[in-house]
Amino acid sequence: MEIPFVAKARPDTGLYNAKVGIWLFLASEVMLFGAIFSAYILLRVGADPGTWPHGLLNIPIGTFNTAVLITSSVTVVLGWSALKMGNFAAYRKYQAVTILCALGFLGIKTFEYREKFGHYEVWLKNPITVKHGDKDVQTDRLLGHIDYKGAHPLFWKTATLAGAPEVKDKSGKVVKAAVPPVESFKFEPDPYHYTMSSKEIYEAKKHAAGQPHTPIEIKSADVKRLSAFVPAHGTYFAIYFTLTALHGLHVLVGALVIAYIWGPGAKMWRTNPEQYMNRVEVSGLFWHFVDLVWIFLFPVLYLL
Amino acid sequence: MDATTHAGHLHKVHSEVHHDHELNFWQKYIFSTDHKIIGIQYGFIALLFLFFGFCLMMMMRWSIAYPDQPLPLVGGLLRAILGAEVMPEVKNAAGQVLGYAMGPDLYNAFGAMHGTIMVFLAIVPLAFAAFGNYVVPLQIGAPDMAFPRVNMASFQCFFLGGVVMFASFFIPGGAAKSGWTSYSPLATVAERAYLFNGQTFWIIGMVLLITSSLLGAVNFIATIIQLRAPGMTWMRMPFIVWAQFVTAFLLLLAFPPLEAAGIMQLMDNLAGTSFFLPSGLMLGGTTPMPISGGGSPLLWQHLFWFLGHPEVYVLILPAMGIVAEIISNNTRKPIWGYKSLVYSILAIGFLSFIVWAHHMYLTGMGTKISTFFQTTTMIISIPSVIILTCLFISLWGGSIRFNTQMLFVLAFLPMFGIGGLTGLPLGFNFADLHLHDTYYVIAHFHYVVAPGTIFALFAGIYHWYPKITGRFMNEFWGKVHFWLSLIFMNLIFQPMFLQGMAGMIRRMYNGGATYAGAPGLETDAWWTSVPFLKSLMYSILSSPDGSGLPKWVLDMNKDISYAAWFLGLAQIPFIINFFWSIRNGKKVSSDNPWDATTIEWQAPTPPPHGNFTKPVEVHRGPYEYSVPGHAHDFTPQTQSEKDAKTHAGTPH
Repeated sequence: MEIPFVAKARPDTGLYNAKVGIWLFLASEVMLFGAIFSAYILLRVGADPGTWPHGLLNIPIGTFNTAVLITSSVTVVLGWSALKMGNFAAYRKYQAVTILCALGFLGIKTFEYREKFGHYEVWLKNPITVKHGDKDVQTDRLLGHIDYKGAHPLFWKTATLAGAPEVKDKSGKVVKAAVPPVESFKFEPDPYHYTMSSKEIYEAKKHAAGQPHTPIEIKSADVKRLSAFVPAHGTYFAIYFTLTALHGLHVLVGALVIAYIWGPGAKMWRTNPEQYMNRVEVSGLFWHFVDLVWIFLFPVLYLL
Repeated sequence: MDATTHAGHLHKVHSEVHHDHELNFWQKYIFSTDHKIIGIQYGFIALLFLFFGFCLMMMMRWSIAYPDQPLPLVGGLLRAILGAEVMPEVKNAAGQVLGYAMGPDLYNAFGAMHGTIMVFLAIVPLAFAAFGNYVVPLQIGAPDMAFPRVNMASFQCFFLGGVVMFASFFIPGGAAKSGWTSYSPLATVAERAYLFNGQTFWIIGMVLLITSSLLGAVNFIATIIQLRAPGMTWMRMPFIVWAQFVTAFLLLLAFPPLEAAGIMQLMDNLAGTSFFLPSGLMLGGTTPMPISGGGSPLLWQHLFWFLGHPEVYVLILPAMGIVAEIISNNTRKPIWGYKSLVYSILAIGFLSFIVWAHHMYLTGMGTKISTFFQTTTMIISIPSVIILTCLFISLWGGSIRFNTQMLFVLAFLPMFGIGGLTGLPLGFNFADLHLHDTYYVIAHFHYVVAPGTIFALFAGIYHWYPKITGRFMNEFWGKVHFWLSLIFMNLIFQPMFLQGMAGMIRRMYNGGATYAGAPGLETDAWWTSVPFLKSLMYSILSSPDGSGLPKWVLDMNKDISYAAWFLGLAQIPFIINFFWSIRNGKKVSSDNPWDATTIEWQAPTPPPHGNFTKPVEVHRGPYEYSVPGHAHDFTPQTQSEKDAKTHAGTPH
């Protein structure tokens, strides 16, 4: 039994099966990402005025990553058109660049994530005075980095300060040693807070550039809440991590599919070149979609 | 039966499919890529879940009718399996253990899982995946689905999702308890004691089921667009193919927002985010929970119902397709208003995406938004009524064959009508203020889905059974099954309208006993000894005085529960008939035992891998019954005009 129109297009629709399939799949993906984008709109509109974080993401790195993805989109098309011209060697080269770009993107994203996990916001019980640019400001909310016993810890939260009792298994053996509570820690405050306007943040950052950090000592007893820039920090980072992780998953799967077609799946080029070109085209369509999501995602999360 | 050459003699399948012998049992029946086997797999699993979901409800009906009293038959078993804390002991005055009652937590878990299982694991897989998989490629003359391996993956995701849902009953803390709608923040805070709790299992199960339906939907649409046989133009497609086509689009586009919502709820449960948790949320105390807050409970409801309402049409559209097939076949007439049906179902498809917030009138989203959704809700009833009207008019002047499937279909029409018409008061936001979350709502949507969709599905089983197995199901026991089901379905759901209008709200494990209060009517008239009549008379004669639920409302719980258990017994003839007939039913004498026009009846019985033994060419529309001048009262779609007039055999 053979399924018709696997390789050749059906005359009256002008499409082969997989092309119909991928467009339908992408329509479904639009609804998936669309739902999260609309959640973003609803949460942002519903946030108390002035509380929606901005200016916390690394824009130069994000821009560079955008360029990396756009490059990969170009090489996908170049690879496919090279294949259409029968130039398998050129296709291999272009698609290799695509796969490298995908891995590069994921690598940079991992670095960006790690940077966030060690960046904190502290809510204090009583306001203190810190420098925002050249101004002295009274505030109970600080952004910055924790310096605890010479290290910059990741993933601290309010509960971390209380320490942890030792954990025993059923036989009474100690599985995890007790963690002593944190009495106080050093904190390197940033010279801005996201409740300021973009212009104020820009000026405060410019003024503070090149000046050394002056760490302050914070007593755990004074801390109302402590959170790294992780999903639990607030709805902004919740949506940032959900959206970028879901996108990252798509990048990973797309790269795996393209790599499979490029590597072990390339045998088909000799046995059934028409269907092979279809596969390259369909995986390319998916790749463009993944890029397109990022093109929306970048301004919405980084710039607005 | 007319068994001339016209109807086609029975194909000898086995000689033609010798390559099938190379496949072993696992390849052929478990990891099959054949759309017919996958359809049967879907159908079998879905029927099991349908029965399981109904069993949950039969146990819940005990708790509603006899709250805190020992659950008969299965009480001890449930306590042994699910734990003592959810099945508390019931003692008499002397301290003797009488048995084990269903606790409120278990009732909540059963209620949530009854809804989830019935919608996502029983009706959708049966109506869409099972019938769609088996029938659609055959009816459009395709050898298989466009992507057979994707089809297999779709079933495997579904199966895995079912396993996860089923397993959630046995984990610490039990299955999800926050309703099939899983409203946040309840769903997030209800089971904080366990990290991987029932709600987490529910979300993971749903993601698997959504993946399954996504793969299925892509496959169906691509198949219908690409694999129609030569001559099978869009307007020659049987109505059920259109119905499945629109259904597939609904699944394709409406399910992803629920997947997105599920991901976000999973984040709320596991990563401590606050997508759906508002600021200052307190749980069993006065200190706010240690969360960031800032989320929106309404957001969950919007995302859920954006799926939830198209889902209603996913449940009903394939049923309408089955009904149209069977009506036309058994009235021996073309369906009345084929084009109206097609355009109406397309209109329903579009409109079903903009009515979702009529489930949310009571959330305080504002009168302007309510008015918009009230308007679209009224508009969507128009195409639904057109479809129902066309199906009714199709009966006019037909010489009807009253076989089992036709009886089910004839019952579908008024039952779905009742379900649809009782939905109108719920669609108006001012009437909904009173009826929202009462038993009236339960009665309304069950009339659509239970005696509506499920009847159509039963009809479909009786109708296509001979094509799948080569044997008929027993007619007599089929009719017993039908009449008993019809009677008990109505005895279950009709009284619920009265209960709901009297103010009885849903989801109470004791059936409203908490709110009992209004005095009963003291009388010893003759009708007090007749169940149902008693409640009905009370509902007419007594007037609620506003001090609580009247006694007749609570008395009705018992009547309804008995009807539900009898409905369970009424399925026994079907279950036995279904399995017995596989080997012992009356054999079909031709490939086209119902003298039908659509192409699946031109294929061998059962169709081999690849379906057709010769290339299919389509010459005419799907319902050419009783065409003047033709030799027979049915003209198969594959027959040319010349053959139809001259008694010549159908090519096969």
